[in-house]
Amino acid sequence: MERIDCRGLSCPLPVVETRKHLEILPSGGKIEVLVDTGTARDNVSRLAQREGCSVEVRETENEEFILTITRK
Amino acid sequence: MERVNKFFQSRWGMVSVGLSIGILASTLQKLGNPKNMGICVACFERDIAGSLGLHRAAPVQYIRPEIIGFVFGAMIAAFLFREYRARAGSAPIIRFMLGFFAMVGALVFLGCPWRALLRLAGGDGNAILALVGLASGVALGVLFIKRGYNLGRSRKAGPAVGAVMPLIMFGLLLLLIIKPVLSSGAPFFSAEGPGSQHANYLVALGIAVVIGFIAQRTRFCTMGAIRDVILMRDFHLMSGVVALLAGAFIMNLIYGQAHWGFAGQPVAHTNQLLNFGGMLLAGLCFALAGGCPGRQLFLSGEGDGDSAVFVLGMIVGAAFAHNFTTAGTPYPNNPANWGWGPAAIIVGLVFCVVIGLTMRGTATSRA
Repeated sequence: MERIDCRGLSCPLPVVETRKHLEILPSGGKIEVLVDTGTARDNVSRLAQREGCSVEVRETENEEFILTITRK
Repeated sequence: MERVNKFFQSRWGMVSVGLSIGILASTLQKLGNPKNMGICVACFERDIAGSLGLHRAAPVQYIRPEIIGFVFGAMIAAFLFREYRARAGSAPIIRFMLGFFAMVGALVFLGCPWRALLRLAGGDGNAILALVGLASGVALGVLFIKRGYNLGRSRKAGPAVGAVMPLIMFGLLLLLIIKPVLSSGAPFFSAEGPGSQHANYLVALGIAVVIGFIAQRTRFCTMGAIRDVILMRDFHLMSGVVALLAGAFIMNLIYGQAHWGFAGQPVAHTNQLLNFGGMLLAGLCFALAGGCPGRQLFLSGEGDGDSAVFVLGMIVGAAFAHNFTTAGTPYPNNPANWGWGPAAIIVGLVFCVVIGLTMRGTATSRA
């Protein structure tokens, strides 16, 4: 599974980068997005849901977030 | 906590927050803040710069508790919801200059995006072309973002980095409360003009803490609203901005604060080219820095040292704008409206275009 590292990127780059990858993600495909702020977590989650994907959010021990996005 | 969070992330959460900000801003005008200036991040930071003596424009000197409250409110929300992260290191000098030119542009128009909305809600038609300018500036910023514009990553930082801006605000609050008498005259407080018009400072501080809190939770951002519509057809933030306008408009009607027209509007001028141009520059700066001036304050409250640098850039920009007479004035024939103001806009636009074209990078290369 491809992992996109969006840690430290300011708004709207996490969303822009994720969208690039979602555009070519086939049905059933998964990507992981790594972010480090609540804003990026919420914005990327909202984008994925708008694109018709499911999102699972996991917080790491480093206070970062791994978003697993699955194209339905 | 989880349910509160879900509400703030929802469309209705965003609309409620926008509506609340509009209502509270209009109420601050009723309570004593200048007309059509219940909240203006640019004007209020300019007043702070004046109070500290960084500029000597006597009518615009006051330590505005709204700015302090925004940072405190966002910080409280960030701690409560475990989102406080001290971080910094994403091209701070560029962010400083973006803040600087954002303020220069905003003061040519005489207001930040929040005040542009409040001026429109108060019937000031001059805000229309300013908002068109703002949207155009943001659209230009989106073009750069699409071409790969990127200021680079921030990094986790020590707690002191995140604490600087809240501590600066705490120091300003002490100055406001104690009002020390120094031989230099600082801190300066306007005896007349907009700087002398203000609500009770405790009321203003309380309202601003509430706004800072709810804005941090929803990520409310006027520039982001326009950017997301252009970039992704996402109207989430825009629903909050429209609600702010509606809230302020309704309250202005109730309070009898709306006066329609172009000429004779409070703290405004009718030079539409400058209204457009000033906010074109400001909008571009906000887009390149990733947030409107309010959002930069909220981010600085949640530990973002880069946003804090942007805020400091704005305060220095305000001092420059008044010392070098680039700020717009209500008097149409004043040289500031025709000389230094347009020159500053052109210099700022050139700076932004160079930054937009040259600051690039593979955003996710670290993966």
